[in-house]
Amino acid sequence: MEKPPTRLRKKALYLRKIKRATHLLFYKRHRKPGVKGWELKQSLGSDYPKVIQLLDRYLEKLDLQVKTVFEGEKPAEKPTLTHLDTARFYVTLRGTIAQKETKLCGWRIDDIAGLAMAISYVISKKGKVPREEVEELLRDKLPGWRVDINLDRYIRAGYLAEDKNDQLYLDWRTRAEVDQKALVDMLLGVESAETK
Amino acid sequence: MTPFSAVYILHLFNIYEINEATTLPPKKRKKKLGEEQLQRIIDLCKSAEEKSFDPFLVDIDDIINIIQEYFPEWESMDEFNLDAEAINRLASVIKLQSEWVRHRSTSLYTDPFLLEEKIRKLDKEELIDFFLRAWHPIIELEQISLHSLAKATEYWESLLPLDERWLKTKGIETKLGATSREELIGQRILLEKAFSEELAILWEELKSKVGEDGRMHYWDFVGADSYEETLQRAYLTSFLITYGYATLEIYRLEEEVYIRPFEKPSSMVSKKQVVSIPVSISIEEWEKWKNHQQD
Repeated sequence: MEKPPTRLRKKALYLRKIKRATHLLFYKRHRKPGVKGWELKQSLGSDYPKVIQLLDRYLEKLDLQVKTVFEGEKPAEKPTLTHLDTARFYVTLRGTIAQKETKLCGWRIDDIAGLAMAISYVISKKGKVPREEVEELLRDKLPGWRVDINLDRYIRAGYLAEDKNDQLYLDWRTRAEVDQKALVDMLLGVESAETK
Repeated sequence: MTPFSAVYILHLFNIYEINEATTLPPKKRKKKLGEEQLQRIIDLCKSAEEKSFDPFLVDIDDIINIIQEYFPEWESMDEFNLDAEAINRLASVIKLQSEWVRHRSTSLYTDPFLLEEKIRKLDKEELIDFFLRAWHPIIELEQISLHSLAKATEYWESLLPLDERWLKTKGIETKLGATSREELIGQRILLEKAFSEELAILWEELKSKVGEDGRMHYWDFVGADSYEETLQRAYLTSFLITYGYATLEIYRLEEEVYIRPFEKPSSMVSKKQVVSIPVSISIEEWEKWKNHQQD
């Protein structure tokens, strides 16, 4: 039997790889969702960045994206393979969700407001802030009994982390899900509009 | 700790120096002051790291001068350790300062007071609106696969009913009652003699058994008619050696181990470097020794 042309074989190979990447990225296999770059490399081969790029292009139609979260700070230039191997890849929503859709995430509107407040405050304090300061801030707008419960929930979900000195940091989920720059810009944008 | 208290601690260095100028000889006084100062530097740097106050409130130049000033006084290892720890902590504060500068230079930097004020002023609805525009939640699926279902079914089929499994692990029922000292000795829960007494008897036995060269084969000493007794003797012998009543002589090439008793307990144990010598007392070794004895 005649072999299919090389281009078609290549296309079939990448389609198989995209399917495998979809399974790896969508199904939660560890305690945390997402996959490390080296795991993708192990399963898809060394051209995994290309596979991810193709999948990302496909997901765009579904309003989803493959988000790459680098270890430490995001490299200023094009990331190297070493950067990608240690990075974590997630599938996230490409666009945003409307307020009425938040219920789909299993969060009450108050919980999201508290989370927004806590994250913004930690960002404003250079990424590290004593827990009691955040508690005080939340107590302004949330009933006292909810403050502790909510903060613990944000920590459990991976939005915030707490060290032994009761300092709060931004954790892996915030780095994966929240566009910190956009959030700060929006907050300050309102400020400048008010000043005008 | 507030930023003000950090500055306060720095000023305290000098006040403390004046108050302490008392009765000690000048060299000792300087050393003591130096140690106190280093400890305070360490505490200050630790606070900057842990309590996240502005790291620029720590005056690096001042602290380096203090460390340099006292460095020629240090003689002991502890003093050098303290000095090294102070420098290490100071390095961490410098790292914090560099992070702070980097953060200020990024696009994420905003005046914290301005942003805090903003967050406090915004009503809940507005804040949620902003957050939702910057939030892209992770999509994840948790779903059982056909393969997992097949594996689980296989496991379920091989699982014994609960009453059968519990039957196997059920403990033996025994009646409650009193026990005697003899019974406890029989079960080896209590010893017939005190431990030290047993060691003394074994030591005397060793001394009486050794040949003219003052030593005997280790196995000839610990070996007994039963394996259990051999184990008991080997266990006690290990204490004779550890406590300095005897020593082992090991000839690795010949694979021979001798035991040599001391006339008086040796105090060398605490002076020399102590080494542990594992000696295998397996049932095979015991049987080999026993057969050799019978031949």
